[in-house]
Amino acid sequence: MTSLLSTNAELIITLVKILLLLFIVLTVNAYLTWFERKVVAHMQSRWGPHRVGPHGLLQPLADGLKFLFKEDPTPAGADKLVYYLAPLLALALALTSIALIPFGPDPIRLFGHDIYLGIAPPDVNIGILGLFAVTALGVYGVALAGWSSNSKYPLLGGLRSSAQMISYELALTMSVVGVLLMAGSFNLKKIIEAQAHHPEWGIFGWNVWPQIVGFFCFFVAAVAETNRVPFDLPEAESELVAGFHTEYSSFKFAMFFIAEYTSMITVSCLCSIMFFGGWLSPFPASWTFTHHLPSAILIPFGLWVIWDGIRYETIFGRIILPGVGTVITALGVIFVLFPSVNEFIQGPFWLLSKIFVFLFIYVWMRGTLPRFRYDQLMAFGWKLLLPLSIVNVIVTSFMILAKMQWWGAK
Amino acid sequence: MTAPLAVFFALATLAVIGAVSLIVQKHPIHSALSLIVVMIALAGLYLLLGAEFVAAVQIIVYGGAIMVLFVFVIMLLNAGVEEHTSISKMAGAPGLLLVVALAGFVAATIARSTASIQTTPQTGELASTTGISNMIFKDFVYPFELTSFLILVAVLGATVLAQREKS
Repeated sequence: MTSLLSTNAELIITLVKILLLLFIVLTVNAYLTWFERKVVAHMQSRWGPHRVGPHGLLQPLADGLKFLFKEDPTPAGADKLVYYLAPLLALALALTSIALIPFGPDPIRLFGHDIYLGIAPPDVNIGILGLFAVTALGVYGVALAGWSSNSKYPLLGGLRSSAQMISYELALTMSVVGVLLMAGSFNLKKIIEAQAHHPEWGIFGWNVWPQIVGFFCFFVAAVAETNRVPFDLPEAESELVAGFHTEYSSFKFAMFFIAEYTSMITVSCLCSIMFFGGWLSPFPASWTFTHHLPSAILIPFGLWVIWDGIRYETIFGRIILPGVGTVITALGVIFVLFPSVNEFIQGPFWLLSKIFVFLFIYVWMRGTLPRFRYDQLMAFGWKLLLPLSIVNVIVTSFMILAKMQWWGAK
Repeated sequence: MTAPLAVFFALATLAVIGAVSLIVQKHPIHSALSLIVVMIALAGLYLLLGAEFVAAVQIIVYGGAIMVLFVFVIMLLNAGVEEHTSISKMAGAPGLLLVVALAGFVAATIARSTASIQTTPQTGELASTTGISNMIFKDFVYPFELTSFLILVAVLGATVLAQREKS
């Protein structure tokens, strides 16, 4: 038994990591729906979900149960195989893309093995290309769902979505070339390290400053790739009922839903990694006092949750909320008491904070922007984003060339 | 059997099954899906050979871009189940013969040149992205530029044809 464990250690570690990441991603997805509903509700002067559990915190659980127990009819004349394959494909590809993302710079040393945060080994040379390969296949989930349902609205949704994704994929790929040129690598870890050439510059060393045009193109194209507002034409409810997933219900619909939210997380990860320094702190490296920022945020937040919880209307909330608050406060206290733990979580803390900001922007856009018209969408992609990203590539290459010529940099 | 060999056989089987299914399937969408399976299995084989860049590009260009267009066009035209004419049924027999001949030819070539077939993963200059770009943009820059010029001409031609149709 022990020999089996030690010979297959790498395999077992990877399997455990996959299960762990799956659990985390699905939980985050569930609470992302809660977060989205809450934020959009507050933007519209409503309360949002607040009946199920304290502050509606158990709403995702209720939604999940509802998905499981819904009737799941298959439309007559549907192409059975493709109809069942489509949501599976969408979900599998969305989850695969998140497996390629590194979540922290340093490995944890456990049982004599260096365990990196993230499933793919950090020295994968094709990092970003691999991610694009997975997203390139993502179209099929939506397109095939639309086609196989044997119904007109889904077909129109599927067609719209494939046209949109083909159009924006070009701009998406071109817009990151500037970053790749500056880093000289496809590897996500190297892309982050290239942004730390001047540790004292902090936030000003990030790619977003020289690549502001690239970031604009990337973010817009990525939002279009994930079919989110203002690019959610494939599921425009006023025109197409629910677009490509009209005929899907129950858990098959939930799979599309989870896939969409997972790709939102992936896009947020990519934005933070490629343009916002990934796990780098925005402060100069010499400001070591900023390392206490995680605790400085967690402890007051935890205390506030406890304070808010003991005054909550329901007894259930008075038990749950202080418990959650205690856990958050305890985490903050642990980071203060153990400096080595604190040093370790610096990277993940900053990366997660940036991801959170991008997820908030996603929700913010949904609460603010109206949907594009179809011809506007195509014109925007082909006539603005694509030329802009190509110009960005040309300008960046000339700048790098000029730097090599005149300053003799490597 | 070592692990890479097992993966090789799994991927190779997948590719062959996909290729056969591409021909056997009655519906164009199913054929297109089979072709995607072939593309992805091939990408896996490239990955196994250590050619990460080629594998990723294989999926992005063939699996993603080109096959999406195929599927898109099939969906747009709403193509139905393929129809068999008497000629297409007759083409089966010589086709099968040709397949056997081609397979025999390939097998014979492989059997004769076992020594020069590379079985270990490609490492170093050739496999890396830097190596590939050095080859494309230094050693073979003129053929590369000529090819891109050819593609440009094809794109222009397609645009002109599409415009003429409209007016």
